[in-house]
Amino acid sequence: MIVFEKPKALTDAPLHYCPGCTHGIIHRLVAEAIDELGIEGITVGVAPVGCSVMAYDYFACDMVEAAHGRAPAVATGLKRCMPENIIFTYQGDGDLASIGMAETVHAATRNENITIIFVNNAIYGMTGGQMAPTSLPGQVTQTSPYGRDVTVAGYPIRVSEMLSTLEGPEYIERVAVNNVKNVRNAKKAILKAFKNQVEGKGFSLIEVVSTCPTNWGMTPSQALEWVDTNMIPYYPLGVYKDKTAAAAEAAKEE
Amino acid sequence: MAEKVLMKGNEAIAEAAIKAGCRHYFGYPITPQTEIAAYMAKRMPKIGGTFLQAESEVAAINMVYGVAGAGFRVMTSSSSPGVSLKQEGISYIAGADLPALIVNVQRGGPGLGGIQPSQSDYFQATKGGGHGDYHLIVLAPASVQEMADLTGKAFDLADKYRCPTMLLADGTLGQMMEPVEIPDVEVTPVEKPWAVNGTKGKRAHNIVNSLYLKPDQLEKTNFERFEKYKQIEENEVMYESFMMEDAEYCVVAFGIAARISKNAVVAARKNGIKVGLIRPITLWPFPTEVIAKAAEQVKGFVSVELSMGQMIEDVRLASGCKKPVLLCNRAGGMIMSPEEVLAKIDELAAL
Repeated sequence: MIVFEKPKALTDAPLHYCPGCTHGIIHRLVAEAIDELGIEGITVGVAPVGCSVMAYDYFACDMVEAAHGRAPAVATGLKRCMPENIIFTYQGDGDLASIGMAETVHAATRNENITIIFVNNAIYGMTGGQMAPTSLPGQVTQTSPYGRDVTVAGYPIRVSEMLSTLEGPEYIERVAVNNVKNVRNAKKAILKAFKNQVEGKGFSLIEVVSTCPTNWGMTPSQALEWVDTNMIPYYPLGVYKDKTAAAAEAAKEE
Repeated sequence: MAEKVLMKGNEAIAEAAIKAGCRHYFGYPITPQTEIAAYMAKRMPKIGGTFLQAESEVAAINMVYGVAGAGFRVMTSSSSPGVSLKQEGISYIAGADLPALIVNVQRGGPGLGGIQPSQSDYFQATKGGGHGDYHLIVLAPASVQEMADLTGKAFDLADKYRCPTMLLADGTLGQMMEPVEIPDVEVTPVEKPWAVNGTKGKRAHNIVNSLYLKPDQLEKTNFERFEKYKQIEENEVMYESFMMEDAEYCVVAFGIAARISKNAVVAARKNGIKVGLIRPITLWPFPTEVIAKAAEQVKGFVSVELSMGQMIEDVRLASGCKKPVLLCNRAGGMIMSPEEVLAKIDELAAL
């Protein structure tokens, strides 16, 4: 009996990510969702600029590599010309919440029927550990060597909270992958985000609180712990918007 | 035969694009090209197409990138400052070898400039525009009819060579009304086995991409792309030659400047000066050999442009600097009169 195998939606290419980086887990969860829904043959993924720039080599479905921050616009184009296909983007915090904030907000407000996997590890990994829009107050990075000074650099952006103020989006949830329980929840959320698209419900974004042991200057296990002690307190996990659930709730009350 | 209708140049582009099988348009309002977006907003929903007003020019061109990657005919349009914003996406489209149409109805610059007609984006259009080594095929209409005809041609060339194509017009052509016949074209579907439209479980995954971290691979893609450009230079040069048979002087002008120049050429002929006109229709590939041949024949050139003199560099290069090349120009949205061109022809003849 097979009890564990690699999802079919992942290729055999070895991942280039650093030891202890949680991109591998998140890739796997996305691939499992694609497998479980049986949608690999109609799925097109959009890779960002950042550490997951080469995600197009890892996912077995058709893939597009987008310019920095533009993945939601590229996904919009793909979805508008192929409404029957499943379109997802996989983006980091610099990509989605800094240079691509306009594309993110407007795809959300249009309730574009796409799925966004937003990996928030509070740092620019690929370029060597610079301050991100989600770096925590006081966090030391290459471009905030004395710690993020909020009077100079402003405050980290809570993307899920901000987007959930919009009328448009269908579903927004923040999850983490730093322990087994959180990974299981993340799996459920990612699966739902894809299922929503299959059912035509609209824009679903899953923010995954993630790690960067290399640029945080920690061991993998310290990094997982730092998620609990520093990241989650600033970025609380949970469902921030679920229009379908809210409508069902409202119907029950009537 | 399609019937002749009175239309603005901008509308002619939009209707011709639809006739050419374009069902996806993404844009952002900017004068003097907004009629294209307005026309598409009205028509696309009626024919099952996409009209989407993007949040920015940057987003619009990236939506184009997505649709082009999926293998559908797609376009965006803008005017000079907006086209500057699109350069990032255009570079990616060129780097991923995708077919798409970008329309630039030029206005005066630099910066926010003005809203009156200009040709000062010639360098940007013909020399790359964005980062990296690449070309667009650049078509320059000179009438509302050509706005329509060259739109269909632009889609065909984009598909044939898998490269982005630009229609480089100006505010005059965009805004003026002329009788036009929008050709009913037979759109032959082009096989696009590289498109990202889902593997259906029947093939290995396709990847639309311009990233090559290994320099030898990136170099290879550049050399291969330039082999393609060589074919385009050999096969796709378009130009109009007017009264050049016995010409001793040659005016070079494109777009609206060429129409003004034609009047000046006719007037100069009446005054006994044997002058002709070469009107490049493709600005890239530039009709280099045609100009080189003319340089053997004529005593000098006048480059007539609505800019501080951009095409003149290509005229000088093509003519091998063998003959004088004078500049007749206006800028910032001002347009020269036929008399100003005539005066420059007289100046050349007096040299």
